[in-house]
Amino acid sequence: MTWTLIILLTIGAYAFKVTGLVILGGRTLPPIFERCLALIPAAVVTALVMKDTFTQGQELVLDARALGIAVAVIAAWRKAPLIVVIVLGAAVTALVRQI
Amino acid sequence: MNQPVPYLPWWKDASLRPAIVACLTLSAAVGVFGFSFGVGSVAAGSSVLQTCALSLLVFTGASQFSAVSVIGAGGSIGSALGGALLLAARNGVYGLAMSRRLDGGFGRKLLAAQLTIDETTAMAVAQPDRRAQQVAFWVTGVALYTFWNLGTLIGALTGSAINPDTFGLDAAFPAGFIAMVWSLFSDSRARKAAAIGGAICLITVPFTPIGVPILLSVFGVLVGLQKPVDAPQREVAS
Repeated sequence: MTWTLIILLTIGAYAFKVTGLVILGGRTLPPIFERCLALIPAAVVTALVMKDTFTQGQELVLDARALGIAVAVIAAWRKAPLIVVIVLGAAVTALVRQI
Repeated sequence: MNQPVPYLPWWKDASLRPAIVACLTLSAAVGVFGFSFGVGSVAAGSSVLQTCALSLLVFTGASQFSAVSVIGAGGSIGSALGGALLLAARNGVYGLAMSRRLDGGFGRKLLAAQLTIDETTAMAVAQPDRRAQQVAFWVTGVALYTFWNLGTLIGALTGSAINPDTFGLDAAFPAGFIAMVWSLFSDSRARKAAAIGGAICLITVPFTPIGVPILLSVFGVLVGLQKPVDAPQREVAS
């Protein structure tokens, strides 16, 4: 992590918030635009899951993390609380590494 | 409709109490996320100070996780910033929704902007009237900011005291991401966007620079171009 990134991200993230709340004010966006923006977390966060589970640098790998994340998916599907999902994911990964 | 009633400050108004309890409960739960961010960020190579600065200044969870994850994997500043800003863009839409609901002058709006994120907007728009919406926004905002940063600090200190690989902490990030997106998957278009975004990422990883697959995954949102099938006539702006 670098301070340059932290500063740029601070400015960028605040710029989005201020643009909506203060600059654009009570206006509404075209529905198609709002629909696409609302889908960003689903698409991008899923990509982050794939990257953090199945890749090492630029390589696709299958290791202990895959099992840990599989268990986390099951826990989320069974509506386990957030902390349980995270702890299970990490614990299963650590356990598989030990074996 | 509005009869003159004796004025009660918000913390004494019994009708607001259930909403306030809900706001505080949610904020405490998000503190757990803050903890996992703190642990993961240090595990990915950030210092405790940098980790805390991210939570204090950036204050939008998914973007922070994304930036740390891409940089930790060896991505460039540009790709880390791009992915994080894509995730921050929706706060602009929340700002639009909140600006119709919040009173106060310019200075107060600038402060409110920093607190305009998923949770504060969701808690506010769920309330029945303008006063309750404002109370929910500010209570959630202040409580969540406190818990998020406290969680981050404790997580960062914990993370720097232990060996991340031994405890599988590198898997804590994707596991946290899963918990983050799972509630979105009740919507069929969100599932489609996720499937496309995830597939784009895996396909492009071997031949694009680190972090770029995260940027490319945003094309998954193009499923939003299609009109929703369940509400064909009109869109209600929130």
